[in-house]
Amino acid sequence: MNYETVIGLEVHVELKTKTKIFCGCRNASGAEPNTHVCPVCLGHPGTLPVLNEEAVDLALRAALALHCHINQDNKFDRKNYFYPDLPKGYQISQYDRPIGEHGYVTIEVGGVEKRIGITRLHLEEDAGKSTHSIDGTHTLVDYNRTGVPLVEIVSEPDIRSPEEARLYLEALRSILLYCRVSDCKMEEGSLRCDANISLRPLGSETFGNKAELKNMNSFRNVERGLEHEVVRQTAVLSSGGTVVQETRRFDEATQTTLSMRSKEEAHDYRYFADPDLVRVHIDDVWMESARAQIPELPQAKMARYRRDYELSAYDAGVLTAEVEVARYFEELIAGGVPAKTASNWVMGDLLAYLNSTHRTMDQSPVSPAQLAALIGEIESNRISLKQGREVFRLMAESGKSAAAIIEERGMVQLSDESALGSILDEVLANNPKSVEDYLGGKEKALAALVGQTMKATKGQANPGIVNKLLLEKLAGKKG
Amino acid sequence: MMETVKQIQESLAKRETKPSEWVAKALQQIDAHDGQIGAFLTVDREQALAAAKRLDETETEQVERSGPQPLFGIPYALKDNICTEGLRTTAASRILENYIPPYSATVLHRLEGAGGVLVGKTNMDEFAMGSSTETSAFQVTHNPHRVGHVPGGSSGGSAAAVAANMVPFALGSDTGGSIRQPAAFCGVVGVKPTYGRVSRYGLIAFASSLDQIGPFTQTVEDAAIVLNAICGFDPLDSTSTQRKAERFDEDLAAGVRGLRVGVLRHAVDGGVDAGVAAAFQKAMEVLKDAGAELVEMDLPHLDYAVATYYLLAPAEASSNLARYDGVRYGRRVEAATLLDMYEKSRSEGFGREVKRRIMIGTYALSSGYYDAYYLRAQKMRTLIRQDFTEAFATCDVIASPTVPTPAFAIGEKVDNPLQMYLNDIFTIPANLAGLPSISVPCGAVDGLPVGLQLVGQAFAEKTLLRVAYAYEQMRGFERSLGSEEVGQ
Amino acid sequence: MDITEDTVRQVAKLARLAMTDEEVHAMAPELNDILSYAQQLQKVSLEDVEPTSHSQLLTNALRVDSPKPSLAREEALRNAPDSDEGQIRVPAVLEG
Repeated sequence: MNYETVIGLEVHVELKTKTKIFCGCRNASGAEPNTHVCPVCLGHPGTLPVLNEEAVDLALRAALALHCHINQDNKFDRKNYFYPDLPKGYQISQYDRPIGEHGYVTIEVGGVEKRIGITRLHLEEDAGKSTHSIDGTHTLVDYNRTGVPLVEIVSEPDIRSPEEARLYLEALRSILLYCRVSDCKMEEGSLRCDANISLRPLGSETFGNKAELKNMNSFRNVERGLEHEVVRQTAVLSSGGTVVQETRRFDEATQTTLSMRSKEEAHDYRYFADPDLVRVHIDDVWMESARAQIPELPQAKMARYRRDYELSAYDAGVLTAEVEVARYFEELIAGGVPAKTASNWVMGDLLAYLNSTHRTMDQSPVSPAQLAALIGEIESNRISLKQGREVFRLMAESGKSAAAIIEERGMVQLSDESALGSILDEVLANNPKSVEDYLGGKEKALAALVGQTMKATKGQANPGIVNKLLLEKLAGKKG
Repeated sequence: MMETVKQIQESLAKRETKPSEWVAKALQQIDAHDGQIGAFLTVDREQALAAAKRLDETETEQVERSGPQPLFGIPYALKDNICTEGLRTTAASRILENYIPPYSATVLHRLEGAGGVLVGKTNMDEFAMGSSTETSAFQVTHNPHRVGHVPGGSSGGSAAAVAANMVPFALGSDTGGSIRQPAAFCGVVGVKPTYGRVSRYGLIAFASSLDQIGPFTQTVEDAAIVLNAICGFDPLDSTSTQRKAERFDEDLAAGVRGLRVGVLRHAVDGGVDAGVAAAFQKAMEVLKDAGAELVEMDLPHLDYAVATYYLLAPAEASSNLARYDGVRYGRRVEAATLLDMYEKSRSEGFGREVKRRIMIGTYALSSGYYDAYYLRAQKMRTLIRQDFTEAFATCDVIASPTVPTPAFAIGEKVDNPLQMYLNDIFTIPANLAGLPSISVPCGAVDGLPVGLQLVGQAFAEKTLLRVAYAYEQMRGFERSLGSEEVGQ
Repeated sequence: MDITEDTVRQVAKLARLAMTDEEVHAMAPELNDILSYAQQLQKVSLEDVEPTSHSQLLTNALRVDSPKPSLAREEALRNAPDSDEGQIRVPAVLEG
């Protein structure tokens, strides 16, 4: 029997605020344990939460960017459960009125556009970080992360393959980065993803038993974990078995998923409206100002690049995948660089250099203005493209400007015809065999003569002019 | 005998006395009587004397410069559920027996700013759950009028401390009557302000949507003076009102002529002790003689108030008390597994009444019962609020006895929680509706004080205080402690 | 409506309260009394009534996103029953 895969994703994203959602402690990772804590986020008796306006604003921006319907009247609820990293014994979250509902993300699968529905997006507080001792006897808790603002984004079960899941995550991440809502670094935990996956006979309308997958710390691992689940569940169903509804953990070492075998204590979160927080009304003015904070999003940008700059789908895709790359590209264009040239440089030497040095675009040692100046030197024939690529490498390594490097190295391109003419005369005189070959019909001999000229000029000769002059001089000899 | 806040203010203003004399007097009274009363859990003797000495020294040079300090040099006490940085705060619970808060409640900052001197923390029902102060994990507090009787609760320690002349004022908290009921039992004035008037930041939560801090004083005027100091917007409490602060003592003597006093029909029905009913009726005659118009009125859903309250308050409490898990502070019972640690710490840390309420609240919120209990109670709360809105179309304040009975004997009701709860019938509605309410002494039954309760419209504390003051003046403010009573 | 001893045990588990058999035995009738009394709310028609969750209808009590000093770590851990390496220590969280 053939099965259809049904996947839904739950993504938690940390919002990029300066402070936590309900107190003035800093929202910053990497600090010494328990140094970004106060009586409020430690849940001391008598303390009260006060909502950070910026957290609402970022959640609103994200919800709008994901085409959600916005609930303009918001309330906060308590989700009650005990856990050492949850100081109050409840998490403040939004239960029955999330800030955003019924949105979507568009992905492209095999050249066809597909919408993945978003059920809801809501605001809540993060918990602390627990570290379990190796001997399994105790757990250490750091509360720096407690109270960091999060949005939880729940997709509809619209995803039909592990690949679609990855594409959805990439698209979602790209939108959130464009909107400056979050860093979305999965390795650092500012984006976390749980997946629900089930199979059903092709054509069936009802859902099969699902497994909930946890502990995947990269998009690749999400895809791999899901791939393993497809294989596993297919095997279970094909042999007439039933998939157990359970939580499974992705194990990176074996690239498989393992049952968490928790006693599946029935959760009863006893949600109720938090009496310590009042309603938040998002009026039309607030809504519009949040909308105005949303930049041109990746898909719109990609379409514009293809249309206005006549770039290929692939090139436009690479250039818009990350907002920093797109911004670099657009700054080159603003600096007068032709679109195709700009695209070639960004996708070629620049990204290659960044990849080889494990840097991201915002860490580029060569600024768009510096690169535009270098391209100007090439376009004006002051140096050759080949020289230019060398200059780029030197710029990236030294931080110097193109002009300074060209000056330092005396990298001036020889374009003066009379100066080149006497050098050519010498080359022709010193290479009678090549001249003879060429005159005898071996056109390849020309390349050898050009090579000799470049050698004689230490690569500074303008290859176009060398070609032209050589042909003229050889034609003279023929005649 | 302790002078009133007003009298101490005047004496200090005239430079007849110094702050340290008043603080010393308070400490002497505590030393002399608290062995018998048990009002205080913690007395902060050294700090209080040091603070008073500083005030003595700054008095001449700095008082004018630093602006008005209405409570300058006046000793006071706080209920032990109000957090004081560096000073043990227990909520009268084993689970917080050794808890030292790293911060102070907003009211403490306000009282310090007004020049007041904290002398100690008072006993209470554990986590403010109770009506007798008997659920305190640490000690029993005795009614200064008759030591075999309860002082009421949950703020019994604060009420007894003022009644026994240990301090001229104290703060308590009122979730379902926890200020007004002990004020009535101890023969002092107690005010529960409008919800949102006084910051709850630093008040250890019982039921967040109902809790409100307020004063105990000997006179209505003193209550107004303390309210001036503690009311006002606090950015640390999202539920605190942005309304401008008022001068609550301004129009006290404006009289009651032209004001309509609603007389609650239930006030003298079968459930009310005959002596209490008689005292209440006499009080109504006094107000009528003072020029008030008496209007008979009803709160149609009053009979549902106790049931509503005893679902909503425990539900919120079950969540508010989840933080006492032995992890970051408070009592921990070591155990091999986390679950055991949680369960043992909480079971040994909480007393019986607290556990009972956590159980009711957890049940009322749990899946399958939420709609039948919690949600229905929230809806009934709406109807009770509407009752008040309609009532205030026909009257300006609503009068009733504060409690249907005088103080009961220690131990008399501990085994019948429901009976204890039903005694809160008159005080609970003001909390459910978030309204201001006051209890003023209105006589006694066999030597045990009786309270007159007035409830006003939201933020109409001034009207309440005006009526209460007029009553107090007409009746003649008298110190009613008799010969067998403590604290003279 | 009947709170059985089993119900008491389940609710106690949810609330993280350990209870001896005697405690469970004593608690059941107490809860029954209180909840039976609360049954009177079932007699009223409340269909079209909005629930009240807050005492005052305030909106938008918001805070500007600017940092305030945190506690010093010693202060943050001062009340902790057990700590190690600047962190709070608890018995192992068993995650199956």
